[in-house]
Amino acid sequence: MSILVDKSTRVLVQGLTGREGSFHAQQMLGYGTKVVGGVTPGKGGTKHLGVPVFDTVAEAVRKTGANVSVIFVPPPFAADAILEAFDAALPLVICITEGIPTLDMVRVAAALKNSHSRLIGPNCPGIISPGKCKIGIMPASIHKQGHVGVVSRSGTLTYEAVDQLTRLGIGQSTCIGIGGDPIVGTSFLDAIELFNDDPETRAIVMIGEIGGNAEELAAAYIKKQVKKPVVGFIAGQTAPPGRRMGHAGAIISGGQGTAADKYRAMRAAGIHTVQSPAEIGSTLARALGKSKPASRPRPAAKKSTAQKSKKR
Amino acid sequence: MKIHEYQAKAILARFGVPVPRGELALTKDEARAAAQRLATSVVVVKAQIHAGGRGKAGGVKVAKSPDEASRFAEALLGKTLVTPQTGPEGRIVRRLLIEEGLDIQRELYISILVDRAVGAPVFMVSAAGGMEIEEVAHSNPEAILRQAVHPETGFEPYHARKLAFGLGMSVDVAHTAVPFLQSLYNAFIDTDASLIEINPCIVTGDGHLVALDAKVNLDDNALYRHAEFRELRDLDEETPLEVEASKFKLNYIKLDGTVGCMVNGAGLAMATMDIIKHAGGSPANFLDVGGGASEEQVKNAFRILLSDSSVRAVFVNIFGGILRCDVLARGVVNAAKDLNLKIPVVVRMEGTNVELGREILRTSGLNLVVAHGMKDGAEKVVVLAGGAR
Repeated sequence: MSILVDKSTRVLVQGLTGREGSFHAQQMLGYGTKVVGGVTPGKGGTKHLGVPVFDTVAEAVRKTGANVSVIFVPPPFAADAILEAFDAALPLVICITEGIPTLDMVRVAAALKNSHSRLIGPNCPGIISPGKCKIGIMPASIHKQGHVGVVSRSGTLTYEAVDQLTRLGIGQSTCIGIGGDPIVGTSFLDAIELFNDDPETRAIVMIGEIGGNAEELAAAYIKKQVKKPVVGFIAGQTAPPGRRMGHAGAIISGGQGTAADKYRAMRAAGIHTVQSPAEIGSTLARALGKSKPASRPRPAAKKSTAQKSKKR
Repeated sequence: MKIHEYQAKAILARFGVPVPRGELALTKDEARAAAQRLATSVVVVKAQIHAGGRGKAGGVKVAKSPDEASRFAEALLGKTLVTPQTGPEGRIVRRLLIEEGLDIQRELYISILVDRAVGAPVFMVSAAGGMEIEEVAHSNPEAILRQAVHPETGFEPYHARKLAFGLGMSVDVAHTAVPFLQSLYNAFIDTDASLIEINPCIVTGDGHLVALDAKVNLDDNALYRHAEFRELRDLDEETPLEVEASKFKLNYIKLDGTVGCMVNGAGLAMATMDIIKHAGGSPANFLDVGGGASEEQVKNAFRILLSDSSVRAVFVNIFGGILRCDVLARGVVNAAKDLNLKIPVVVRMEGTNVELGREILRTSGLNLVVAHGMKDGAEKVVVLAGGAR
């Protein structure tokens, strides 16, 4: 199994006819993702990449039965696109767009609370359940279907971690990029709760960054609720305070959000912490080996993991 | 985007926030003239740099006469101020703010920023004005009062009353806090600020609140809808390489090590800095070429890296998703040829078209070291940069 997206997911692409939207929709279609429609105001009634284009999200949902929307709309219009998707009551909205003004996201965050939707992002690579459904901009080839949940604030660093896992023969249930902005729809905590409740996810990798306290909140939850092995890495151990390291959210301010604080919280929660980003995969492999008896008491599950690792 | 104190105060004044009377001065004569026009018994000469901690570093002087203001101005202009926020290299003072002296009865701290946990703007106030909020947060966190503002209802007078009475203001002063905080909130929202910090906000002898200092940071992502703020950017406050990088939409931050880094993606760029440190080296910069960099951007990134004289070796660490490895390799090879590359370059790349990319590097005739994995790359580049320090 996997979380949030699978083979039955029907995807709508907001901004389908744009350069980014076109390119990535094509990649998604190539992966086997069911892209059922696109929204570009003014181009309703046409077809693009073989899928129908609509003027509004509401109409697109009505006519295609889409249950997820992915947004590739430029920053000045992205908040509006997210709000339109909420208004159409889409259960899952994924915003890839980077560079949305923070105060626009303040409005979106308020609307999200009163909506029926879950938002992933913005400024994120998207979500993939390998072998089933890819929604976003991640390179498909590095992923492998399996049982590790990956959650991360960053794009390319997620690819790095996933690549390490796949090379060790360890597949992934679902990989979620939650995004590098100060305000995001889905937090580490949300993602880890979902992974914890997913019986097919047997271990979790969380890749954090300096800034904010989302990693600390997740660590507190893990300490209390999570029995599955968790591996944690924080990027920005060497970042100077007060400088924004690329991501709007990656900034040590007011003495808050340092890597040291986050590592401390993760260790206190029993998370297997990794100091070197090159050792995320190997640490997870070890953690799976070690924690298996405690977290996976059922012999059947134990056997299948053992078989898998032998094969590679 | 950071702006100067005098610019921040001009913006706040437009929204009705009381600020001291003051004038910008670029020369000692302008400082003297400004002090004469202000005509208060004392004036304050304040160095304008994009960093806090100026007072302790000698960047704020109280002058008792226009002549003294002129002398202070002469001493400050062109001087390098080193504060905890400037880094060891400090900042050169090129602009001064000359302000009236005020009768200070009490100093408070007031700021507004977006609280990411709440997803809404929040006021933070404390009675310990003049102190770094970081210090207060560390030593006495209960002394900081917070009030979130719901984005849909906006600012309400009770927000101000809660904070004002929480700070122990008298009834009269608390009444003036309502319009003061309302104006501050309006400024925050209308300018798309990421931070407004008034430290200190003073209570004057006659019971008025005045923003004695002001820091306004603007959200870079929202500058497209505030054309009027573009001219507030002061390129003198940024390092020349950072300015150059911004022209090509490259995210570059100068650091003090010897290993130049070129990476795609902010998270991977930070992780690369970390792994260089683990290998015993020290990164010379943070450089994110972005998810979908072009050959031209890669080339410019490389040029910027190499023009930093403290860089002894370069580590290129790319995980190609949208950015294809062949595009990257061509950019690196062209840049290395054009720039007559003399220092060692270690390239680690993975992802889309990696074989093609490696082939381009191999057949380039250049002395490029190919690394297998981040760790291998970091170890190699640290040795080439002169070994662990």
